[in-house]
Formats: sequence, structure tokens, C-alpha cells
Amino acid sequence: MQIIKSLRKYDLALIAASVVIFAVLEVLIDMRLISSFWRLQIILIGINIILAASLNLINGITGQFSLGHAGFMAVGAYVSAIMSMWYDLPFGMALLIGGLAACLIGVLIGIPTLRLDGDYLAIATLGMGEIIRICILNIQAVGGASGLTGIPRNTTFAWVFWIMIITLFFLKNMINSTYGRSCISVRENAIAAAAMGINTTFAKVLAFAIGAFFAGLAGGLFSHYFSIAHPSSFTFLNSYNYLTMVVLGGLGSMTGSITGAALITFITAALADYPEVRMIIYALCLILLMLFRPQGLFGSQEGSLLLRRLINRRKEAGTHGKTLGNQ
Amino acid sequence: MKHLKKILFASAAAVLAASALTGCGGSGGSSSGSDGDTIKIGTDLEMTGNQAAYGADAMRGAQLAVDEINKAGGVLGKKLELVSLDNKSEPSEAASAAQKLVDEGVVAVVAPNMSSNALAAVPILNGAKIPSISPGGTNPKITVDEKTGKVIPYSYRACFIDPYQGKVMASFVADKLQKKRVAILIDNSSDYAKGLAKFFTDAFTAKGGTIVGTEAYLQKDTDFNATLTKIKDLNPDFIYVPGYYQEVGLIVKQARAMGIDVPFGGGDGWDSPTLAEIAGADALNGTYYSNHYAIQEDNKTVMDFVNAYKAANNEEPGVFGALTYDTIKLLAQVIKDAGSADPQKIADGLASLKTFSGVTGDMSFTDTHDAKKAAFILTYKDGKPVFADKISAD
Amino acid sequence: MDSGIIVQFFQQIINGISLGSIYALIALGYTMVYGIMRLINFAHGDIYMLGAYVGFFVTTQLQMGFFPALICAMVVIGITGVLIEKLVYKPLRSSSKISILITAIGMSLFIEYTTMYFLTPQPRTFPPVLPNTIFHLGDIIVSFQQLVILGSTVVLMLLLWYIVQYTKMGKAMRAVSYDTDAALLMGINVDHVISFTFALGSALAGAAGVLVGIYYNTIDPLMGIMPGLKAFIAAVLGGIGIIPGAMMGGLILGVVEALVSGFISSTFRDAAAFGILIVILLIKPTGLLGKNETEKV
Repeated sequence: MQIIKSLRKYDLALIAASVVIFAVLEVLIDMRLISSFWRLQIILIGINIILAASLNLINGITGQFSLGHAGFMAVGAYVSAIMSMWYDLPFGMALLIGGLAACLIGVLIGIPTLRLDGDYLAIATLGMGEIIRICILNIQAVGGASGLTGIPRNTTFAWVFWIMIITLFFLKNMINSTYGRSCISVRENAIAAAAMGINTTFAKVLAFAIGAFFAGLAGGLFSHYFSIAHPSSFTFLNSYNYLTMVVLGGLGSMTGSITGAALITFITAALADYPEVRMIIYALCLILLMLFRPQGLFGSQEGSLLLRRLINRRKEAGTHGKTLGNQ
Repeated sequence: MKHLKKILFASAAAVLAASALTGCGGSGGSSSGSDGDTIKIGTDLEMTGNQAAYGADAMRGAQLAVDEINKAGGVLGKKLELVSLDNKSEPSEAASAAQKLVDEGVVAVVAPNMSSNALAAVPILNGAKIPSISPGGTNPKITVDEKTGKVIPYSYRACFIDPYQGKVMASFVADKLQKKRVAILIDNSSDYAKGLAKFFTDAFTAKGGTIVGTEAYLQKDTDFNATLTKIKDLNPDFIYVPGYYQEVGLIVKQARAMGIDVPFGGGDGWDSPTLAEIAGADALNGTYYSNHYAIQEDNKTVMDFVNAYKAANNEEPGVFGALTYDTIKLLAQVIKDAGSADPQKIADGLASLKTFSGVTGDMSFTDTHDAKKAAFILTYKDGKPVFADKISAD
Repeated sequence: MDSGIIVQFFQQIINGISLGSIYALIALGYTMVYGIMRLINFAHGDIYMLGAYVGFFVTTQLQMGFFPALICAMVVIGITGVLIEKLVYKPLRSSSKISILITAIGMSLFIEYTTMYFLTPQPRTFPPVLPNTIFHLGDIIVSFQQLVILGSTVVLMLLLWYIVQYTKMGKAMRAVSYDTDAALLMGINVDHVISFTFALGSALAGAAGVLVGIYYNTIDPLMGIMPGLKAFIAAVLGGIGIIPGAMMGGLILGVVEALVSGFISSTFRDAAAFGILIVILLIKPTGLLGKNETEKV
């Protein structure tokens, strides 16, 4: 009971904290204290956090090596754009349908490919992502190679922020649920998990579907922010980038994904002043990071571990709140 | 050993943090571009990514124009300063770069050359009331709002649009070359190529010709033998390839190697000395393309530009270099005529521009902010493009 | 018209074989490195690009012919491969798969953009070092360059096959690939073997770079991305770690791509390649020539 109570309090504290953060950022943005370039970057950070966190569910929590995240994002971006352009659906509805479409594709792709593992799965998902992109490139109705233009600019900071918060809460609770635990068991040892009666295929497909759904949401936010959806925004290089965010933060750590997404977006933006060398510096950072801190900034720990321990100690709860993916 | 690792990691982190901080600091002060001794002009070009080769050419053209202007004393007694950002050949990055240029306080922007990137950048620049000119973006939507059908007030382009170029080539092929059966090979990853192909088809069939087949390829493809084998079977008497020189060179070369000896034709994307190097001089005999200018013409402006570009870069200019060079020169002329580097004044100046004569010919703007200028048809003789026909703007 | 289609079909096969032999050369390197290190070396495609540039400088600056260019590229790129392995991959050998993969991606981006920085993104064109002779077999056309590409690939593959099967080093390579720890216990210098594998694989990629440079005569810093991925598909298709498999996979992939381009549309060519990959992974993940193994706890 104590644990549950402390967890709930902890959730409340997180919600309160996000309201405060939102209010502060919103005020800063409204008062134009943040320049427009950094306003755009904040929105991008929000979108990238959704992508990184959802990819973390697949790669970090379930241990399935996916390199096709940009493909799911593309599905969400295009479907939601079509929903709001051709059917005049309200923005929230369009986003939801985009997410569901990505989710559907995720399941369709997941069922056959998730029999694979490791590098083979990585390459297969990369291939799937590229196939999605090439198909879009060949559909003239959605602009083909010219991209889909004229998408209404509905994405605001508030939309991105709250969808991001919902995503994070959903993922956090999902990881702590039975389903989440079975995902973790698949990561730790799929064969042993199966022997313990866990339906590993179901766990994998579930992780894939949920990951794809949120990637689709992020895609919708993306296309409704830039008002254009273009195949070149969804190449496998973009998938690499999201994977990098997750690994930078630490596989399996949601706090890590958040930090990783924010940091990578921030670094890319800060290097915009040095266009000639920015990709070189970015590549060097990747290599150096892997050489010196391959487990990422947070390892598989949550940044909240410390905080939660503090709370628990004060309550003298005796037992600590369980942390995710403790190795 | 462990300490060494830690020190290395810490110093790497410190370097990153420092570079990030300077990035922040730079964006904080949004000083207006006309303050001080310089006039800031932004470029939002394809410096990395798939289209980097074209972006590099454009960048060199822009730099050359700025150097020449500054050497001659600048504009209104001030030096021009280029704020060059990279859009990674990707629309969202193009938008991000445009946003940064707005913050940097530039007075005008050279918008991306690739239409999809320009389409993402233009709304931001227009919203900030900063005039932008896309040197080579040919999609009509860059200057005309798709939904309202109204002209976007701050957006211009320095090239003619696809309908015009497609029509010019179609009449040349039908009337001058007297060809009847045309096969088209489209670069499917470029809306420029698709636009040209569409308008060529319309104009050519209107003149009674037949399109015997339409095939497609993607940018960065290197092997066209399969597609060309298919085209050879269609037995066309002219092949229209409205793409960019990298692929066109390979297409022509591989076509000649398999014995396709009918003439080829294309658009301004062909214009690069690299084309002759890739395809080989012999293969290019009997090829025609429409362009904004002709190097061989006895035109001092053109020759001066070509020589200066060669001297500065040890390479010959391509079409994007020429168009971007003109874009900067045009902006300088407008600023000078307006007597002010205020973005609004520049926009007014562009709207009322009578004529500007640059490397790519004498031009003015149409009602839809497209460049109105003569088109040239060039043909290759011994690996050099030579003048074949000139078609004035109607 | 019927005979036209048949001629077209055979012409497409010829086109496909010459394209496929390039995939095969790159795939050979991929397959060896993966077989020994279980590392998808995403930078392999970029090593191939560097090979093309070395060939370019040898032929243009030093005015040398085809064979010197090929040998120079193979040597220089072989050394580069070893350097990359020693500096970047070796410290990570015991790390998790994902961090090695990210490093490989970082390495790939680093090579691409450093090349772009120093040599500009402008495409370079190879001088004609091989005669452009064309042979007619009835209505089917084969060029001398296509024959050279296929010939070089076959010779290099046979050479590799010989090294792996009949030399001491080859035996060591096979041992490391079979069980690294056991090989170490048997006194095999694993570091040495891995470096040698990298040198060999990179040299082959370098050779492929030169051949592509001569065949298509245009090279640019990003030319390695797609062929790199395709070569990996070819390696998986034939059975990863198996040398004849890489050759076979490359040729099959090349022919399928040519047929898709010729009879459907070239814009679906890449999708077809990835489609093959997924199908083979689902039906026979060990590849056409691979043996099935079941995973144990």
C-alpha cells in the first residue's frame, strides 16, 4: 500500500511539475522572450521526446532492435494530414487517426518480422521503413516526391507539450503494468520468458504497436507544424537519429530518452551556425559517446530513482519504489 | 587509464556545452540586419544531404556575388554579409534555418533551390515579412498560395517556371527538330522534373506529337540500363530527360553505349560542365536543353561571371551558381535603388522592379512573382554547349 | 514484338549481372566482417566510396592506368579499414550490439561528411581508363567494361576463397568466426585475425569503388549509402558469413533490380530489394546457402 500511495503522490508531483514547466515556457514564448528559432526548437524537442520515448519502449524496454521509426512517423504524418486536409477533421481527431494508422502498420509489420531478432530485425525494420517511404514517394495523390503541401498549421506548443506528457505518462504506466513487465522479461531473456508462460510474440507486437502509435502522433504533430510532409524527412537516417537519442540517454530509461532527445535536438540546433562542420561534429560526438559512455547518460536507470528514494525514505516506507529494468 | 577516459569525456562534454552556449548567445541579440556596417543577407541552401552538389554550386555563386559587390564598395556604403545556413536538403530543416535567419535579422533571404524545401521555408519568411527569392525553385506554389490562389507578397523566384520551359522545349522539338515520337524519362524524386515533363507532354501533344512512353528514375541512381533497354524497345525519335546533370550524364552515356542514337533533350538542370565529363563529348552530340543563359554567346556579363567563378573555385559554374549569383546581384540592385536595406523597402523594390540584367539575361517579375526572361536552347558540340535557339519571353 | 521482349529480358539479365557483381564485391567484405565480429559495419559503404576517390586521384593526378589504380585503392583502403577497426571498433568489442551499431553509424556519417568537407560535394568524373568497346551478341549488347567488372569480381572472389580455405590465416579466420573464445584458447591471435579480415574486406570494397568509378564514371561523397545497404541485403540473401553466398546474393539482387526496373518501374527497385530481404529473413533467415541453427538458452 505504501508503495502505491507514494507512487500516486509521485505522479501528482510530476503532473504539478509539468504544469509549472508548461506555464513557464508558455509565458516565455508568449512574451517573446525566447527567439523564434528556439521556439521552433522547443517544439521539435517535444516531438522528438515523443519519438524517442516510444522508440525506447521498443528498443530499450522490450529489447527489439528497430530501425524503422521514421516509417511509422511518416504514416502518421501523411494520414493525419490527409484527415485534416481532405476530410476537415478537427486536429485532435486527425492526429488520433494518424496514430492509429501507424499503429495498424506497426502491427502488420510486427507480426511477421518480430520472429527475427538482433541485427536481422534491425535490418528488416530498416527495410520496412524504406518500403513505406518508397511507397509514399510513388503515390501521386499525396504529392509523391514533391511532398504533401498546404497542411494546416495546427500544431502549437500546447498541443506538443500535452501530447508529450500524455505519451510519457502512458508509457510509464504501461512499463509498470503486467504488459510492461512481460516486455522487460522478453528483453532480459526471451526463451526463459516464454518458458515462464509469457506470450513473447504478443509482448513484442504490443510494444511495436504502441511505439508505432506514438510515432504516428509525433508524425502528425510534425507535419501540422511545418505544413509540409515530405519523404525526405522520413529516411532511415532519421530513424538513426531517433535511435541515437535513445542510446544517448540510456536504453531502457525514459528519463534518458527525454534527456537524449532534448540534448540531440539542442546540439543540432546550436551547431546550425557552423553548417560546414556540423555533421562532422555530430558524427564525432556519436563515436566518442559510444567509446566513453556506451551505456548512455542514465544507463537503464531512471533519473527519478534518487528523487523517489528520497520520498520513500522520508515516509520510512521500508521498501524502495521498484525501478525499471534494474539489471 | 580510467581517469584519462573521464577527462576526455568531460572535455568533450565541455566543448559541446560551449558550442551550444555560443549558439544560444548568437540568437539572443536579434540586431536588425541594416545596423552597423553590414547588410545581412541570409541563405537557406542545400549544403549537406542528397542535393549538396547543387547547394555547393549555389553557395559559390552567392559568395562570388557578395565578394564582387563588396570589392566595388558595397551597397549604400555598407558591406554585404552572408549568413549561410544549411537545410540538409530536408523541408523541416529548411523551415528551421529560415526561422533562424529571421532571428539573425537578415534583410532578405536566398530561399532554397529545391522546391519542397522552399515550400517549407517561404511561409516563415513571409510571415516575418522578410523578402525571399528562390533562385531555382520552380514549383508555382512557392510564390502563389495554394489555397487562396493569391500571390505570396514576400516570395519571389529568379527563374522561369516549369510550364514555360516545358513549352519552349516542346515547340523546339516539334517545330525545329520535326520529331514526332518522344519518350520521357523523369526524375521521380524531383517535382521540377515532373513539372517539366507534364508541361512538355501537354504542349507536345497539342502540337500533334505522340509520347510513346514515360519512365522514371530516382536521384542518386547510377544504373539506367534496365530502364533504357525498355525505352529502346519503344523506338522513339527523341528522348526528353528533364532531370539534373548527375543522372542525365549517366543516362546519355549508357544510352549511347547500348546503341540509342536518337537526340536527347532536357531543361536547365542539365547545365553543368560535369555533364560533359560524365557523359563524354561524343555521347552528347545531338542533345538539346533549355536554359537561362548560354556561355558561348558573346555576352560580356556571362563571360565575366564564368571566368570569375572559375578563378575563385577552380571549377565551372552550374545553373544554380549562375541563378544564385544573379539573385544576390538583384537584391543589391534593389537595395541600392530603394536607398534602404529595410526588408519592407526591399519587398516594395522587388514588386516594382522594372528590369534587372544579370548573367541569366534581362529579367523582370510577372504578376505571380516569377522571373520573366528569354529562354535559350543549347546544343552540345564536342562537349561544349553552344547556342542553338533563343526564345523571348512572351 | 515477342522476340523484342525476350531480347529485352536477356539484356536486363546482362545489366543485372554487371550491377550485381558490384554488390557482390561489397557484400564479400560485409559478410566476412559480420561473420567474424557480428558487426553490421554501416561504414562499409563509405569505405567503398573512399576506394572510388583513391582510384580517382591515382588515375587523374598520377595518370596511372586501370590496374595500378585498382591495386593502389585496394592497398590504401585496406590500411584505412584496419585503422578504423583499431581506433574505433576494437575498444568496443565487448560492448553491446547497439552501441557498436551506433558507432558504425557515426563512423559512416563521419567518413561521408569529412570527405564532403575536404573534397566538396561536387561529383567527380573518372577519366576513361578502359576502352569503351561494345560487343553484339545478336541483339544483346555487352560492353567491355561490364566484362571487366564481372571478371574482376570473379577473380577477387576466387582469391578470397583461396585465402579463407587454404591458408593458415584463412583457417584462423574460420576458427574465430566459429567460436571466438575457443579460438583464443587455441592460441590464435584474435586481434590479428580481425584486423586482417577488416583489411581484406575493405580492400575488396576499395576495388568495388574503383570499378564503379570506371563503369559509371561519376563519384560523390554520398555514393556509398545505398550500395552499402544493398550489399548487406546481398550478404544476408546468400547467407551471412558465407563467401559464395555473398557472390550469389549480389548477383541475384542485381538481376532482380534490373528486372523490376525493366518490367515494372525503376522507382520500385529499392522497395523490391528490401522486399527480398524481408522475404528471405522470414523464410530462411540464415540465407540461401546457410544452415539452420536453433537458438538455445
